[in-house]
Amino acid sequence: MTNVVNNTWFAERLGDHGIHSQYLEDHHPAHMPCLEIRRLDWAHAAEEAKRLDMRLVAVWAAQAGHHDDQTQLYSYMAFAHPEHRHVVLRTTVSLENLEIPSISSHYISACRMERHIQDMFGIQIQNISDARLWIKHEHWPENATPLIHDFDGKTPLMSDSNRVDIDYDYVPCDSECVYEIPVGPVHAGIIEPGHFRFLAVGEKILNMEERLGYVHKGIEKAMQGRNVDDGLKLASRISGDSTVGHSWAFAQACEYAANISIPKRASYIRGILCERERIANHIGDIGAICNDAAFAFMHVQCSRLREDMARLHAKVFEHRLLMDTLTIGGVAYDLSAKTCRQLIQQTRNIAAEVERLRDIYADTPSIQQRVIGAGIVSVNDAKDIGLLGYVGRASGHYPDERIEEAYAPYNDLDIPTPQGKLGGVSTRVWVRFEEIANSSRMITQLLEELPEGEIQTQWEAPQAGISGFTAIEGWRGEIAAWVRFNKDGLIDRYFVRDPSAVNWLGLELAVRTVPVPDFPLVNKSFNCSYAGNDL
Amino acid sequence: MSSVFFQCFQALLMVLLAPLVAGFLSTVKARLQNRHGAGIMQPWRDIRKLFAKEVVLAEHASWIFRFTPYVVFTATVMAASVAPALLLHTPLSLTADVIALVALLALARFFLALAGMDIGTAFGGMGSSREMTFSALAEPAMLMSVLVLAIGAHSTNITTMVTHTLTTPLLIQPSIAFALAAMLMITIAETGRIPIDNPTTHLELTMIHEAMLLEYSGRHLALMEWASMVKLLLFATLIIDLFMPWGISSEASLIGVALALVIWLFKLMGLLIILAVFETSLAKLRLFEVPQYLGTAFVLSFLGLMIHYMLEVGV
Repeated sequence: MTNVVNNTWFAERLGDHGIHSQYLEDHHPAHMPCLEIRRLDWAHAAEEAKRLDMRLVAVWAAQAGHHDDQTQLYSYMAFAHPEHRHVVLRTTVSLENLEIPSISSHYISACRMERHIQDMFGIQIQNISDARLWIKHEHWPENATPLIHDFDGKTPLMSDSNRVDIDYDYVPCDSECVYEIPVGPVHAGIIEPGHFRFLAVGEKILNMEERLGYVHKGIEKAMQGRNVDDGLKLASRISGDSTVGHSWAFAQACEYAANISIPKRASYIRGILCERERIANHIGDIGAICNDAAFAFMHVQCSRLREDMARLHAKVFEHRLLMDTLTIGGVAYDLSAKTCRQLIQQTRNIAAEVERLRDIYADTPSIQQRVIGAGIVSVNDAKDIGLLGYVGRASGHYPDERIEEAYAPYNDLDIPTPQGKLGGVSTRVWVRFEEIANSSRMITQLLEELPEGEIQTQWEAPQAGISGFTAIEGWRGEIAAWVRFNKDGLIDRYFVRDPSAVNWLGLELAVRTVPVPDFPLVNKSFNCSYAGNDL
Repeated sequence: MSSVFFQCFQALLMVLLAPLVAGFLSTVKARLQNRHGAGIMQPWRDIRKLFAKEVVLAEHASWIFRFTPYVVFTATVMAASVAPALLLHTPLSLTADVIALVALLALARFFLALAGMDIGTAFGGMGSSREMTFSALAEPAMLMSVLVLAIGAHSTNITTMVTHTLTTPLLIQPSIAFALAAMLMITIAETGRIPIDNPTTHLELTMIHEAMLLEYSGRHLALMEWASMVKLLLFATLIIDLFMPWGISSEASLIGVALALVIWLFKLMGLLIILAVFETSLAKLRLFEVPQYLGTAFVLSFLGLMIHYMLEVGV
């Protein structure tokens, strides 16, 4: 990756509009550059990116690194263009004047990420359309700035009795015919906690508002000061069902920062793991979607297939969900010829069985009646929000890092993108079925063409202050990760944006077209991660 | 033996057999889905477990909330104990009037809906609203379906209707087919089965019947669950009585009743297997389509009534 040319496309576009940007040398990789711009130009640059049809990847902040002025904070935002890849912009926020302009008027998905910055760093976001607390719920001490280095991670939360009793202001409605339905954060089933506030007239949903943050575990704080191996262990636990995706994003960000490349064989095995994870989750979700419409037959069959995969994973990789299968610089498990055959065999069998289930699903009018036309997100909305993964692909927005970023091993593969347009539950299920078939072909190809060689590169910590950025196509969509190292070769700051942080917004729009009892069905077809969003 | 004894036996049988019926149904469903299932005894184990657990009452629960389980259970058991399952003429058979049965079930439903709203949670109110909306459509359809048979028998008393069916020569009566189709549809709706309601769901927002029970626990919940099992058995028995009563014992003799029991059980199992197949092969209806479903049931029974007049009266 050393011979990649610097990606100067966006810097030139910015220059055309009088925005001066400076290329930062301490950021890797070169094809995803980091540009420093003035704070004055912050909102303007976002506007320019929007005009260039770039997609907002993430907005985040960090304290100054090793060789920077320690009295500063930095605010970052990353954009992606289908042809010109990712670019990170950075601006300086001084401690005396903790303010940055909001870009949420250009990118709606920025709003929650800005609120996250506001909660975690105490940076004021100017002109933000929604300044309510987001991740930092009411039981935090007032003025706590959890991600500032000086803040003690062990600071106790306030007990119920002495906490400030601030009510979270949900979108109000004072009409007498509208009633509010609060759902969660404790649900009747075994699902993650999140609160949904419905405004409904009869059974029709007027508005649904999400409140998340109930599974905030302090991942970002816990990453500070870890060595890469411990960091990887934590990263693989960010969202349990997406463990390969998150480990890969973390590992690749570190590898980019340290400028090391991993052996081809290791990248192939990573690809196999990631695609197996994708298949397993899609199968589980398809079953669960059908079960939400009380079509239990599919659920049982899908659970069986998913269980088969989990058991083989336990046998080959010693973990049913593939946790800790990656290492920094490689993978933890090599595949013998025998296990390759086993994996090929099972992947094929499962893909064939899924095709049979797909026929049953398509031939059952009662389930079709439920999924067709339910929970629609229009193409325009999908592009505005920047919906990712299968949710985007069902609504005419097709970002796929396996194609755009084409990191190994996907540069050796032909990756078809299912292109849905209708954006309903049925389209999302269709995309999942397509992806299962595609992934199983990819797995077979990767296993058959598995190159010989090492599976591990020696890790060498980068110099202090070096940062790395990457974007990985996890099963839910693009996982963007940014890491910076401190002077001991430990992690100074790790930021990760799970695709759920964006896709949750799509759900709020999608449920406006359905009656109240269809919400679970639509929700399941999105299946956003609470843990990945809350961090 | 006296008919009083058999009456008591029959009533007890209905109540004690109901959990087994529910267990049988879920086992058949499990088998259809290639699962083992928890076995037909599972509902009994659940009821026993729930009776042993303490009752957790919501802070705002009034007496309605506490009394409802007993009202619901009693009303349902009363309805179930008068319906003739094995023996035609029992001391209570005079009270086994279809309209009285519907009224008893309506009483139970009335209290259930009140209890759903009593504690003031969003889900309870939602469940009550849905239940009342649908029952307003289901009850007329059910009465209409029964009326098709009642017109021939000149009575709404079940015993009289059964006797009428047994004594008239076996003819092909298209009106009965319509009434049966309507009755089957209503049974599914009234007992909260797929495609109207899903008794096994954990999704609060989709629930109808279960939404009203969400706040119940311990023995209250046990009674509620038990009552809905009895209700399922009662509806199955009604279908057997009205549409295929052959085999029911008309005299209170041990052999007659024992034979009737065996035949009844077979018919019951047949019905439950049909229901299980139906539930396995269908997804739930969208909520706004339920009124259409119930409307269809009403139209079917109405057609049955018209056909009865057109083809069968005066033949």
